[in-house]
Amino acid sequence: MSNVIIIAGGRVIDPASGVDGVRTVLLRDGKVAEVAERVAQVPGATVIDAAGRWVTPGFIDLHVHLREPGQEYKETVATGARAAVAGGFTSIVCMPNTTPVNDTLAVTELILARAAAAGLARVYPCGCISKGSKGEELAEYGELKAGGCVALSDDGKPVMSSALMRRALEYAQAFKLPLTVHEEDLALVGKGVMHEGASSTRLGLKGIPGQAEEVMVLRDIALAELTGGRLHIAHASSAGTVRAVREAKRRGLPVTAEVTPHHLSLTDEDVAASGYSTDFKMSPPLRSRADVAACVEGLADGTLDCIATDHAPHSPVEKEVEFDAALNGIVGLETAFPVCLALVKAGQLTERRLIEALTSSPARAFGLPGGRLAPGDPADLAILDPGAEWLCSAGSLHSKSTNSPWKKRRLTGRCTHAIVGGRLVHEGGKET
Amino acid sequence: MIGRQRHCIALEDFSREELLLVLDLAVSMKEVLLRPIKKVPSLRGKSVVNLFFEASTRTRSSFEIAAKVLSADALNWTSASSSVTKGETLVDTARNLEAMRPDVLVIRHSAGGAPGLVAQHVNCAVVSAGDGAHEHPTQGLLDCFTIRERLGSLEGKTLAIVGDISHSRVARSDLHAFTKLGTTVRLCGPPTMIPAGVEQMGCTVTHDLRTAVEGADAVVMLRIQHERIGDPLIPNTREYSRLWGLNARKAADWLKPSALILHPGPINRGVELSPDVADGPHSVILDQVQNGVAVRMAILYLLAGGDPAEAKA
Repeated sequence: MSNVIIIAGGRVIDPASGVDGVRTVLLRDGKVAEVAERVAQVPGATVIDAAGRWVTPGFIDLHVHLREPGQEYKETVATGARAAVAGGFTSIVCMPNTTPVNDTLAVTELILARAAAAGLARVYPCGCISKGSKGEELAEYGELKAGGCVALSDDGKPVMSSALMRRALEYAQAFKLPLTVHEEDLALVGKGVMHEGASSTRLGLKGIPGQAEEVMVLRDIALAELTGGRLHIAHASSAGTVRAVREAKRRGLPVTAEVTPHHLSLTDEDVAASGYSTDFKMSPPLRSRADVAACVEGLADGTLDCIATDHAPHSPVEKEVEFDAALNGIVGLETAFPVCLALVKAGQLTERRLIEALTSSPARAFGLPGGRLAPGDPADLAILDPGAEWLCSAGSLHSKSTNSPWKKRRLTGRCTHAIVGGRLVHEGGKET
Repeated sequence: MIGRQRHCIALEDFSREELLLVLDLAVSMKEVLLRPIKKVPSLRGKSVVNLFFEASTRTRSSFEIAAKVLSADALNWTSASSSVTKGETLVDTARNLEAMRPDVLVIRHSAGGAPGLVAQHVNCAVVSAGDGAHEHPTQGLLDCFTIRERLGSLEGKTLAIVGDISHSRVARSDLHAFTKLGTTVRLCGPPTMIPAGVEQMGCTVTHDLRTAVEGADAVVMLRIQHERIGDPLIPNTREYSRLWGLNARKAADWLKPSALILHPGPINRGVELSPDVADGPHSVILDQVQNGVAVRMAILYLLAGGDPAEAKA
């Protein structure tokens, strides 16, 4: 007896297969079996009526913080994976800045064991670039790769040593692991807590210029050219970064980049308007309107490959404090789709490009399975209601933390079903 | 209430009318302060807590005297370290103090936005005595009061603010208040001390001291920090003093005879101001200190529930 799900009547948007139209999708034994205008009935199949909805490959997020091990009061692998599927993400890459950091097989294995027990999204660990994320010695990439790590990062911190970065880009090639890098020149960041500009001046907060990111992006592009290593720029936020990546790609260098929903939609002016709300504090910071426009343009033209949330849960202990003292980061898995859908409605992004940037583009950047709905592909899907209106609140979010700049705001667009490996792992989105 | 303001946290939030309400009331308060018996019962039974996370002698004392002249009880709570380094959070500290039922909580803190955060979590009125590089609203008001008292009006006047604008909460409060009251504001300092986009706050910027002070009706000279480790803004105080400090010769050559010189204190004598200028005929620095008490009396009176009409009667 085979396990069959039929998704009928929805608009299938699958950029990697070039499909955009009403189709019926038949999933069998954890794989996509058929995507066609008409599909023969299968007795005993579960049928999901997707009329009026979008049916897409499950979203893939290359940048998530799950906080386990060490900070389970903010998020666990299970709660993070729950938030992921609620947001339409069927695969997530979790950053290694846990406590302890993921620079050893034991931590990688723990994360994978917790993810398997949760049985929700597919969780792909990212290992450390350097031992202890201290920026001094290389971590054991061979062991991390064997354990299941799909990328390397010292996320949260830049690799300040150019020499170490060079060796990391070289050594990682033996394992075909991309380096996903948090780009900030710490000397230029100083004690900065938000983007430098008229808003930081008005608030009297220390500013961080976009160039703090750009100088490191330019350095690492130069090192990628030197080494041939695979460089992925995490959370691009400045116009200069977009320009540098565009130029690097034009020259054929092995560089990819991601951008977050918040860097596509919010600016430093929103920090000022929020009255020092720490839900608007993250690294890199929300930048100027011109930077946001450059990021949107970069995403639309493919310079920035994909959308990644940088989902960074924190509790009120870290957030209900002075802006200077608050930790960086916001939750993002459950708001990514509606926030980015607003760009489509504003005419800044096509539907096809939006879905591509959430599915096949991230899959390609890290060489992950999924991101496409061709026969034989993993049965990882999201069903989305682009018209659903809902209130973002502690009650409607599945994450353990609620540090979101969209809290108490109404959003339009929501995931109604998520399927991972042919199993329905999320059904909801009805509550408003 | 000060007009629509329940708190006094940022002059950016104040309307022109609300600023004038405080300045006008402060005139009456100054009369009280200058009486031989400096005590009125206006705030009897009310209490003011001064919660200082940053060292300050004059501002804390000024608030304390202001409260006592109005017969309010004043309690000083000084915390050597802020919650950035210590266990109890700012919100917890403020809630604990509020449980003692003060009418006004006066806060000084090294983090911009801290008084606003406290105001979100307590029911009493909150007055900022300076937060990071954000604002120092009572200093802005006392600067307005001092110049207005001397020159009659602030409308059509020109004010120069000289020094480290980047790190100055006084400059920001002055900018908001003076521009709303019709004064043209010029900022001056080395380029490293001029924050990004400050022109958008309605002022002009120059790096030349003479251009800034020539023809100005008043000049605010800001205190220069001797050293900012890891973020050098000037080579040394010697060069700063030569290019951006005021001495008697520059004052005689460039200032209008009637020009006023203000300083929020404490002065680095010989750096931003030479002693002969600090103590000279242009200086109204000690007037500022006295007027600070009057302005703070007006603020405490209004926020602790006083009626402005009654105070003037």
